[in-house]
Amino acid sequence: MAVATTTETGARPSWSGRRPSIPAWTGTVPFLAYVVVFLLWPTGIVVVDSLKHPNGNWALSNITELGNPLVRGYFIGSFKLCLLSSALGAVLGAILAYAVASGNPDGVVRRLYLASSGVLAQFGGVTLAFAFLVLIGPVGLLFHASWYFEFPWGIGLIYTYFEIPLMVLVFLPAIDGLKVQWREASENLGASAWQYWRYVGAPLLAPAFLGGALLLFANALSAFATIQAWENQIAYTVPQQISTALSSEVGLSNVNVADLLALGMVIMVAIVMTGYALLQRRAARWLR
Amino acid sequence: MTSSPLTRTPEGAARNAVEVRMEGLSRHYGAVVALDRLDLTLQPGELVALLGPSGCGKTTTLRLLAGLEDADTGHITVGGKDITRLSAAKRDMGMVFQAYSLFPHMTVRQNVAFGLRLRRVGAAQRDKRALEMLDLVGLSTQADRYPHQISGGQQQRVALARALAIEPQVLLLDEPLSALDAKVRAQLRDEIRRIQLEVGITTLFVTHDQEEALAIADRVGVMREGRIEQLAPPTEVYSRPATSFVAEFVGLSNRLTGEVRGGEVTVRGRTLPLVESNVPDGQVVALVRPEAVTLASHTAPEPGPLVGTVIAVTFLGATSRVTVDLGDITILAQLSTSDAAALPAGSRVALTIRPDPVLVSADAASAGPAAEEEA
Amino acid sequence: MAAVTALGETPAAESASHPRGMQSRRRRRLNLFRYVVFTVFGLFFVLPLLAMARFSLEGAKLGTWSLTAWRQIASYQGTGIPPLLSAIEITLELAVITCVVTLALLVPTMIWIRLRVQWLARTMEFLCLLPLTIPAIVLVVGLGRIYNRIQHYSLSALMLFWVYVILALPYAYRALAAGLSAIDVTTLSEAARSLGASWFTVIVRVIAPNMRQAILNALLLTFALVLGEFTIAYLLLYTNLQVELYSISRNTPNAGVLFSTSFAALLFAFALLLILSYAGRRRRGRG
Repeated sequence: MAVATTTETGARPSWSGRRPSIPAWTGTVPFLAYVVVFLLWPTGIVVVDSLKHPNGNWALSNITELGNPLVRGYFIGSFKLCLLSSALGAVLGAILAYAVASGNPDGVVRRLYLASSGVLAQFGGVTLAFAFLVLIGPVGLLFHASWYFEFPWGIGLIYTYFEIPLMVLVFLPAIDGLKVQWREASENLGASAWQYWRYVGAPLLAPAFLGGALLLFANALSAFATIQAWENQIAYTVPQQISTALSSEVGLSNVNVADLLALGMVIMVAIVMTGYALLQRRAARWLR
Repeated sequence: MTSSPLTRTPEGAARNAVEVRMEGLSRHYGAVVALDRLDLTLQPGELVALLGPSGCGKTTTLRLLAGLEDADTGHITVGGKDITRLSAAKRDMGMVFQAYSLFPHMTVRQNVAFGLRLRRVGAAQRDKRALEMLDLVGLSTQADRYPHQISGGQQQRVALARALAIEPQVLLLDEPLSALDAKVRAQLRDEIRRIQLEVGITTLFVTHDQEEALAIADRVGVMREGRIEQLAPPTEVYSRPATSFVAEFVGLSNRLTGEVRGGEVTVRGRTLPLVESNVPDGQVVALVRPEAVTLASHTAPEPGPLVGTVIAVTFLGATSRVTVDLGDITILAQLSTSDAAALPAGSRVALTIRPDPVLVSADAASAGPAAEEEA
Repeated sequence: MAAVTALGETPAAESASHPRGMQSRRRRRLNLFRYVVFTVFGLFFVLPLLAMARFSLEGAKLGTWSLTAWRQIASYQGTGIPPLLSAIEITLELAVITCVVTLALLVPTMIWIRLRVQWLARTMEFLCLLPLTIPAIVLVVGLGRIYNRIQHYSLSALMLFWVYVILALPYAYRALAAGLSAIDVTTLSEAARSLGASWFTVIVRVIAPNMRQAILNALLLTFALVLGEFTIAYLLLYTNLQVELYSISRNTPNAGVLFSTSFAALLFAFALLLILSYAGRRRRGRG
């Protein structure tokens, strides 16, 4: 780390004279190295191995396995669940986000809801499954929901529970980005509340909303803990099937099944996240 | 909505323009009084500028007129109709905000046509009118650009076009130039005035920049703490300020102690007429404009009440401001730069004060260095 | 323009002392909407938690109250699985380590990129978003190979922190980026550098303190994440808090200790967030 040897008023700070020049980007090496080793490499392994035979030869035809009806069934199951929970989560989350955003920016309510959202978005999983079990399960304290163990209804509700806070976290900045001048200008030009939302508010928020919904979808797709704790015996979704494939492996026979399913997941989620990134860019241009 | 010709004759303007009358308007936020029983009437077709420091209530007045806020008490009448209870959307006024008011997801053309779209004007008609308005503000070549692709000055022109497109009865401008560069500001200011005169619309213009207010208004209302201190044409506000606040807010003033006797005030040996004739005799503080002070080089060393040394010369372009030390106080004079060039720092000078009528105030306590304009 | 109608209000004279115009009416409607929304959502979020709390206080006979489940947290030991307390300890330690490493990795890098290597900003954003894209389960499949080779059975669960940092990246990055964008990093660093500060000082003593709220947010999110993590630990055959709870639930589905522990963990996270939200608040002066 260089220390500036002179006090330069107004001039740009610079390295002291005699140092050999090390390019600045080397400062990011620790981070980059870490990500490569623990994220990119494992993912790479998955992608590569899924295209190989158990004995190590290339087998690009493995991809056609993804069309297998059994595998398709798992993807469709995942899809149904994620569609349900992300649609619900997006709409409800947007409403809640609007309620939070339209209040005092520094107030208690906003801080509370924001912070809770941060926690609740993480607390899916085992804990949540227990909580709902106790609330509306067979010996439910509130009532017994007969549909609780039906797929995708019971689990869909639980997913929605942690999808809503995530939506609030993601969508709130967009609502904050709606400038008050736009509302006032449209009012001044004669727009009613409905007309404002229809011509100005909704179009401006649409990219962020869709982006948020996509994020929720990807998030639900990846969820494993919740559904595992909800119902252990039956595998409805792809993550569960991967787990089964992994845990039932004797030797290496099922390794590639898990890889394949994982590959399928990566593709699906990658598509979704690309859409998300594009929409975010559009939203950012307008709402920043 | 009938389409009317853009350029109206003076009679046409007088015929179509409306009077805006605000009576007894009050507004408070908790314990803070933003407006205190304000009365203000705008004549048909006139441009009134509300001028004052931040917090004086000028923006509140505008927003009450626009309907963006509700008055606690009072009435607003436009063209004879009481609109106090009317929602902002129904008030038929055009407003230009300080910044950020263009819809970012619409092109310039769509922005300008928005108000017409709300009024269900047909697409072809809308488009024609939008282009007319863009022509008026000189931006028809930018019609299909997005707000983020044009400059700040251009954005404000579009905002003006958008406000006028709906043919409102009143035009409201909330510090429209404050966010712009100095050069653009001056240009746009004159543009706005030109367009306002051409269209002949009654206009309320809010600003904290006195130069703007003096340059374009038919009448200037200087506000302070929720009240109008003076409402008069610009020349009058400048040369015959009604209160010391106005005198000090608009332009610079030298505060000099003096004595009133028989309707005149004597300041440092010079006798000057008064703005108000019926000031009682006694000690006062007289407010003398820097441009009323003239300087001449004076090499003789005898001191006098109007003899001093130049401390500093501030170059302002065409004019310069000279600070002179008279021994007990400092005084500001404003000269043309060529005259000031002959009087560098350190020169001995003799002062004369032009016999313009001066305003005096009774608080003799605060005589001294010249008052600066409010930032 | 339509003549002004009173819209059901009494004549203007009566409304002299209170603003009864459109704006205040609209604000009142908005507030009503907000209260309804907050109540409904509040109930939805709180009910399951309350159910858990209630169940955790359930006694031997239905309808009785008892603190047994809470006392058991310290002593519970199921057959064939490690004691609950050790799982709690491990998880807490993991959380702390993960927080520290995540911050140490992200904060300097983000500041450095912002100051000196701006062209890498997009790349970093993408890399930090990637863990959201790549499901934990996929990571496990890939990591399993690596971990297998290192004979991980003998390693403590603390080795999980390497992966947890990756999982935390998207959330921590978001929180920190929000904080960074709110301050003028360039000006601050140039001022510090012109006064003779080293880059280390700039990062640690000039910029980071100005990001206090953001750092605390990132901390909170990371901590919550580790407390709630299940998938990777489970599939890599480690025992952390969530895995332990899951194992207990498979053996003894209605063990009260499940609910008391879960609820305690939640309470802990909430307490943390409350403390952090107050600690991060800047002292506000008057006016």
